[in-house]
Amino acid sequence: MKVLLRGNEAMAEAAIRAGCRCYFCYPITPQGELVEYMARHLPRHGGVFLQAESEVAAINMVYGAAAAGVRTMTSSSSPGISLKMEGISYLAGARLPAVIVNVMRAGPGLGNIAPAQGDYFQATKGGGHGDYRLIVLAPSTVQEAAELVMLAFDLSDRYRVPAMILADGMLGQMMEPVELPEPIPPERIPPKPWALTGAKDRAPNVVSSFDLDPYRFREILRALWAVYREIERNEVRWEEYATEDAELVLVAYGTMGRICRTVVRRARKEGLRVGLFRPISLWPFPSAPLRRLAERVPVFLTVELSAGQMWEDVRLAVEGRAKTPFYGELGGVVPTPEEILSEVKKHVRG
Amino acid sequence: MPKGMVVIDKDRCKGCGLCVETCPFGVLVISPEFNRYGYNVATMGAPEKCTGCGMCAQMCPDAAIDVYRAVKEGV
Amino acid sequence: MSVVETKVPAGFVPVYTRPKSLSDKRFTYCPGCHHGIITRLVAEAIDELGIQERTVGVAPVGCAVFLYEFFRCDFAQAAHGRACAVATGIKRANPELIVFTYQGDGDLAAIGAAETIHAANRGENITVIFVNNQIYGMTGGEMAPTTLPGMRTVTTPEGRDVRTTGYPLRISEMLAQLDGPAYITRQAVFDVRHVQMARKAILKAFRNQLEGKGFSLVEVVAACPTNLRIPPTEGNRWVKEQALKYFPLGDLKVRD
Repeated sequence: MKVLLRGNEAMAEAAIRAGCRCYFCYPITPQGELVEYMARHLPRHGGVFLQAESEVAAINMVYGAAAAGVRTMTSSSSPGISLKMEGISYLAGARLPAVIVNVMRAGPGLGNIAPAQGDYFQATKGGGHGDYRLIVLAPSTVQEAAELVMLAFDLSDRYRVPAMILADGMLGQMMEPVELPEPIPPERIPPKPWALTGAKDRAPNVVSSFDLDPYRFREILRALWAVYREIERNEVRWEEYATEDAELVLVAYGTMGRICRTVVRRARKEGLRVGLFRPISLWPFPSAPLRRLAERVPVFLTVELSAGQMWEDVRLAVEGRAKTPFYGELGGVVPTPEEILSEVKKHVRG
Repeated sequence: MPKGMVVIDKDRCKGCGLCVETCPFGVLVISPEFNRYGYNVATMGAPEKCTGCGMCAQMCPDAAIDVYRAVKEGV
Repeated sequence: MSVVETKVPAGFVPVYTRPKSLSDKRFTYCPGCHHGIITRLVAEAIDELGIQERTVGVAPVGCAVFLYEFFRCDFAQAAHGRACAVATGIKRANPELIVFTYQGDGDLAAIGAAETIHAANRGENITVIFVNNQIYGMTGGEMAPTTLPGMRTVTTPEGRDVRTTGYPLRISEMLAQLDGPAYITRQAVFDVRHVQMARKAILKAFRNQLEGKGFSLVEVVAACPTNLRIPPTEGNRWVKEQALKYFPLGDLKVRD
């Protein structure tokens, strides 16, 4: 049975169904509804809702709850995610599972509350200090947002790597019918022998990202990067739409991904063989399937609500095998399918 | 027979001297002996004066001192 | 993990032995540092209350950064200043755990001021040990919020000028104004009498958590002999004669 839900609400409900039992937050537009939904519903499921004094405090509460072995989440939007970067680096370094939702808005600075995709670099290349990666998943429908939140908890627990949902203000606010996933029973949540549960009948557990010995720390980081390589092998996700005979492939994610679907349909009506390659995992980026596609497709037009961030990963993956133009919008402006189609026509014979 | 005695963990002691100053009976001194970390460690210079009051252990910032009292006759 | 058994000398009974909840690791504090005394008192409280298997500590950034090596308890190492938020997360996730933070003056009252104030304001049922030695020891002796006027530090080489750097922050008085906390007290460890009073206060701060009474903070006015360039025995005198002028001892809030 489908229910009509706002993107923010669907993500909140999905987190509850995934077994999230501690949620720490700070209000910021355009993810307010996620906060409000959790405030009303999480306590009914025996969970803890706490509005913290800042995004900094919230991410550190997530660190504590995650260390205690509980499924935990925070959500924010671009400026608040910047505040969390220290805490995210600590989560990554301490090998703590956690889910962070970024409902992106235009930036930099205070920006505005309209949708944007300007945090791609921040999410996939670091954001916080040090050599780490986050699992980054980008939904483009409300249905997918719910499913990816549940996946994020599972992947985060499985690999002990924090996971980020990279959404945007459009997706957070829009309402669509959703078939909500079944709640995960507590028995299916993996045990966490490393968690801080009290040192009874065992040696004490320490959750830390600190090691003064460079040689020992190197081994810890090498082990972490081996896990990242495993994630790169196993957890790449993407979608292809009408790429089999394409003469130009649009590369777009999130809200731009769904708009480009419409562009593909309109282009095809005009006889242009246009397809869409939509990354769902932004880290690990689907480089290999994109490179394979570049063996036969001559043009990849990257479309983002930014000055061109994922564009760099597209160019790295294509590695000169095809042309890689870019079309972007800034400031929270969202292009129409017609505007994108005009751009497409510049790159394919009419 | 002294009323008390202390056992100072030589490796933990850093020769800070707080126990020496704290002892009300002048039992403790910093000895010329070094431990393997290069500290001159505290030791009982006048063990016969020790009453096992425990004040040295209460001051010790390294929890290096264990305090004992003699078993009373007929108890 | 085995507890080192002290050999009791023949004809004697133990009166005081090393706390069981301390690990075998040598403290990394400087000789005579009050951190050592305070760390030991926390272990004594954990021993006396029999809570070692339920206790989770939160280690700060500062001279006590290795606190997790000194205890036989589960520990989380927190980012600088964030210990009260981390402790909140742990305690809310599992209220059965006894959660304590142990923080210096920079950690608790500078970078962590907001997290400290709001954990206190929410009345989080945690225990906070606040070591106020009026300086940043670990990083080489810089000014702290609690540095005394005129005190020379590496960032106030001419002595702290209150006109440009403000006054010693009495955060315990600030926290005592709030409705949230159950117990705010200021202690010292410069002589045995005060060590005994501090031990009682720390025990009460842990017992409060066991009894669900709420946020309990023990500030211990201490000295950093290394950065003051004085011997440890002079450090004790420093607290008694200088520091206590700005940080008076006693209970600032007690809610029973």
